[in-house]
Amino acid sequence: MNNIWAICKREIRTYFTSPIAYVAITVFLVVTGFFFYSLIQWFNLQSMQMARNPQYYQQLNINQMVYSPLFHNISIILLFLVPILTMRLFSEEKKSKTEELLYTSPISINQIILGKYFASLFVLLVMLFLNFLLSVFVFAFGNPEVLPLLDGYLGLFFMGAAFMAIGIFFSSLTENQIVAASLGFGVFLLFFVLNWASQFAGGIWQSVLNYLSFFEHFDDMTRGILDTTDIVYYLSFIFLGLFLTHSVIQSRRWR
Amino acid sequence: MIEVEHLTKKYGDLVAVRDLNFKVEKGKIWGLLGPNAAGKTTTMRILTGYLPATDGKATLSGYDVFEQINEVKKITGYLPETVPLYTEMTVAEYLKFVADIKQIPAAKKQEAVDRSIETSGLKLVRNRLIQNISRGFKQRVGIAQALIHDPQILILDEPTIGLDPAQIIEIRQLIRSLKGEHTIMLSTHILAEVTQTCDGVVIIRDGQLMASGSLKELTSSLTKTDGVVIRLKKAEEELMPFFRNLPGVENVSRVDDGFQIEWGTDKDLRDVITRHIVDNDLGLIEMKSLGMNIEDLYLKVVSGGTEQ
Repeated sequence: MNNIWAICKREIRTYFTSPIAYVAITVFLVVTGFFFYSLIQWFNLQSMQMARNPQYYQQLNINQMVYSPLFHNISIILLFLVPILTMRLFSEEKKSKTEELLYTSPISINQIILGKYFASLFVLLVMLFLNFLLSVFVFAFGNPEVLPLLDGYLGLFFMGAAFMAIGIFFSSLTENQIVAASLGFGVFLLFFVLNWASQFAGGIWQSVLNYLSFFEHFDDMTRGILDTTDIVYYLSFIFLGLFLTHSVIQSRRWR
Repeated sequence: MIEVEHLTKKYGDLVAVRDLNFKVEKGKIWGLLGPNAAGKTTTMRILTGYLPATDGKATLSGYDVFEQINEVKKITGYLPETVPLYTEMTVAEYLKFVADIKQIPAAKKQEAVDRSIETSGLKLVRNRLIQNISRGFKQRVGIAQALIHDPQILILDEPTIGLDPAQIIEIRQLIRSLKGEHTIMLSTHILAEVTQTCDGVVIIRDGQLMASGSLKELTSSLTKTDGVVIRLKKAEEELMPFFRNLPGVENVSRVDDGFQIEWGTDKDLRDVITRHIVDNDLGLIEMKSLGMNIEDLYLKVVSGGTEQ
């Protein structure tokens, strides 16, 4: 546990002593802040228009009309930012040969991987938490439902965590950070829209493609539905990413 | 104590190390000598557990590198060819991190960091970012991280490469001062490094063992004669018979403005020769011992390597 913490601490320090984390977090907050602002404005407009018609007015729901689209927008931004946050985790060690220190120290490969993974999760948590602070205004001037809102953030966290695990895997494949990030973008985007193909696929493939798509699992959570299949889906992605990273590192040394 | 038996490492079809056998005594400094691409780094990487060997056996202080790698890692300090530095950290922060991953208990961590900074002479740059310190200091940080957990065995891959002459001397002194408590193995392609720092040597080429043993053993087994080269102001031909007739002299030859005189290893004729030169006012310019024959052996190894 101490070893994981040692690795994690150093990675967090690197994130926050270099511009990486600040730039990523700032970009994230500015863009999500803009989405949030637009959605709130749009909701305001709707409220004012609906105010004359009590029947429609009853149906106005800030969770569905602001947060659900906001979460979808945030997920797209994560898709772009996560590969940038994970691309250096193993590539840089390889390029600057610092991995020789890690692999000749009495710590296991799993501890190294988990330490780095937790550091990336920490940055994700910081981003989501700062974004969550915007909701203070919504609570001050409106009355959203809390649980669906938290469920949405949980969904974002799990999706981000799955992205991070896969991103680390791509970082372990190459010593070139751009290559690692590009692979990340490509694969995330593909998994996001995998369900599009399910419309044309027949039989079992339809449900397979649907199940594999990030979007399908995420959509539930933005609407406040917490389903164990979704959690299991994300956890298996995380496990797969970290397991593949382990295999890559292990096999590289035995080659 | 380092023992290597029948060690072989293949990268695909390329054999980097072939059936290597050698032994390093406890508390001694041993040099791993060879031209570039001889397999020095590969050998060291295997000993430190960075790379697995294809075949053979290696033990460090009795721990098998393949069976008990975690024990080996705990008692071994390693300076890789490229010093593994996180340049965005300060020297002290970096050493603290290394102390963490080398499993030094929290209570002893600060002490270990301070001690390695002290031994490696890093006090001046302790709180500076590694990216801002000179090449020589970076190398010292590399040695400090290898020393931090007070390992029984130190493995240093080309510890003086890329340094200026003054820094080289400093690092050599540092390494010599570590002898005794630590068993040290260092790799180099410079012979002078071995003759000045090491007690023994393993010479390899193309992954194969060419010679190994203590410097004394090697020189005495290779050297049949001892001798001097003298340069004189008055180096007349007539002196030849005198030198040739000294008891024990085996060979005398003319070199530039002087002579090369060789005799059997059981004698030492330096005094006699010097007295003759002084008594006869021959104007001694220089007198130097003939190079040890280990140099010849190494040159043979190196030139063989470049012929390919």
